[in-house]
Amino acid sequence: MSTFLNLMVYGLADGAILALAALGFVLIYKATSVINFAQGEFLLVGAYMFYTAFVVLQLPLVLAVVFGVVIATLIGVLVERLILRPMVGENPISIIMVTIGLSIFLRSVVQMFYGTRPQSQPAVLPTGSVNVLGATIPVNRLWVLLIAAVVLTAFTVFFRRSRHGIAMRAVADDQQAAMTMGISVRRIFAMAWALAAVSALIAGILLGDIYAVDQNIAAFGLLVFPVVILGGLDSVPGTIVGGLTIGLLKQFTSGYLDPGLATVIPYVVLVLILLVRPYGIFGETRIERV
Amino acid sequence: MSTTPVTGTSGAAATAAPGGSLLTLNNVEVIYDDVILVLRGLSLAVPEGKIVALLGSNGAGKSTTLKAVSGLLPSEHGEVTDGSVVFDGQDITRMDAAERVKQGMSLCMEGRHVFEHLSVAENLVAGAYTQKDSGEDLDVVYEFFPKLADMRNRVAGYLSGGEQQMLAIGRALMAKPKLLMLDEPSLGLAPLLVQEIFGYIKRLNTERGLTVLVIEQNARRALEVADHGYIMEQGRIVLEGPAAEMRENPDVKEFYLGLGEEGGRKSYRDVKHYKRRKRWL
Repeated sequence: MSTFLNLMVYGLADGAILALAALGFVLIYKATSVINFAQGEFLLVGAYMFYTAFVVLQLPLVLAVVFGVVIATLIGVLVERLILRPMVGENPISIIMVTIGLSIFLRSVVQMFYGTRPQSQPAVLPTGSVNVLGATIPVNRLWVLLIAAVVLTAFTVFFRRSRHGIAMRAVADDQQAAMTMGISVRRIFAMAWALAAVSALIAGILLGDIYAVDQNIAAFGLLVFPVVILGGLDSVPGTIVGGLTIGLLKQFTSGYLDPGLATVIPYVVLVLILLVRPYGIFGETRIERV
Repeated sequence: MSTTPVTGTSGAAATAAPGGSLLTLNNVEVIYDDVILVLRGLSLAVPEGKIVALLGSNGAGKSTTLKAVSGLLPSEHGEVTDGSVVFDGQDITRMDAAERVKQGMSLCMEGRHVFEHLSVAENLVAGAYTQKDSGEDLDVVYEFFPKLADMRNRVAGYLSGGEQQMLAIGRALMAKPKLLMLDEPSLGLAPLLVQEIFGYIKRLNTERGLTVLVIEQNARRALEVADHGYIMEQGRIVLEGPAAEMRENPDVKEFYLGLGEEGGRKSYRDVKHYKRRKRWL
């Protein structure tokens, strides 16, 4: 029982971070129809930006986060403006290749400045553990869950209630019609990339804190693919369900079966889902009126 | 002013009262993909507070005209290569589409184009994107289209065609336009619904003084509500005049209203036959 609880909390924390990472991916796909293979690197860059601010520049925590958000927004907007906008209307395969190139570029830049060794960063989230029903639960995982829940709720409210959020969904639905409403599609694209970079930054900071600030963050980011295929490429609720499912599945497999199998299992799910339900659990199907 | 075939390129601009027109197109030429010439020197004027109908057969360039006015051409690899579009005294030929909406024009695209996955209320909020505060306008639109108020939380994609058309018009109104442009509002609707939609268009014009430019295949219905009519063929205006006179014009009757000289309804086959033989240009 205590192992089960333990694995569950670890799995949920991993899953919550995955949901944040996948949210950025879904935002970009929904608004701009670009499949962003550099999402994992956005996490990596986010984690290192925070590290730079918090450890290298020794800014206070709040300022370090603000610094990270500003840089992430900037990177998101620049990537859209300089790399993706010239590609508008090009073949989707070319666009995918460009994002793969971007991922290699971002990873190399991080290696160039910080090397490949893990960086030591003092714990940001409270450490220690609590005892629940005989299981030792680390407090920082609970904080990860809480923070991810708050951020995901904030994003959901933004999409449901705010003028810009609704405009983003409108652009995702029908670009030309959105243009006739005076919605600037370019600005919405830039906003999607910026928000994706910010959600990746938060995921990156959390990952860096509970694991380590190193290159593995990008590998963890690769897990967004099983998550979004499971949840649906264009579904925000899907990222949460998909993220938690993959996170739990990984931890349970690792704890009860074999840690090696745990790295493979998300991709087994990916293949199975593609076979059975290619648009995912919550993926939007075309509305056909009869 | 009598109904006259227009042969010169600037006919419409010359006949329209200079101060009173909200929208003027002067010799507009539009080319798609650098090679396909769609509008060849089109001129027309929409006087403030009037309903203007733009008629013509498929492929005449009606939709392209509205896209040139609303700035949607660049998204379809089209371009205004000559002439000018003047709205509210301002040259907007090269203005960005979003900026034009802020200047006070709204377009209801052909085929309605509601945001299918958004609710009715969210569609309307999206329509008010250029407005700072849209709460009051929302009530005004709901008051005008009571049906929409009842369905505010429903997903737009599942509404019927007539309801979607109302939503599309309501959404366009949320931007508080001075000029409302409608591209085939009757497309795919049952005759009774077409009547209802045109009733709304007429009311918007009389009750709120909204200027309307409407494209229609349904020439009869359009000329009933319009003050002024233009007929397009192959990228040009070939005939124009007050709607009442257009309705009586024998050529219009024959080609667009499907009526013979004696006023009886002609069979579609005969009309088609004539159409091939006789053109204005």
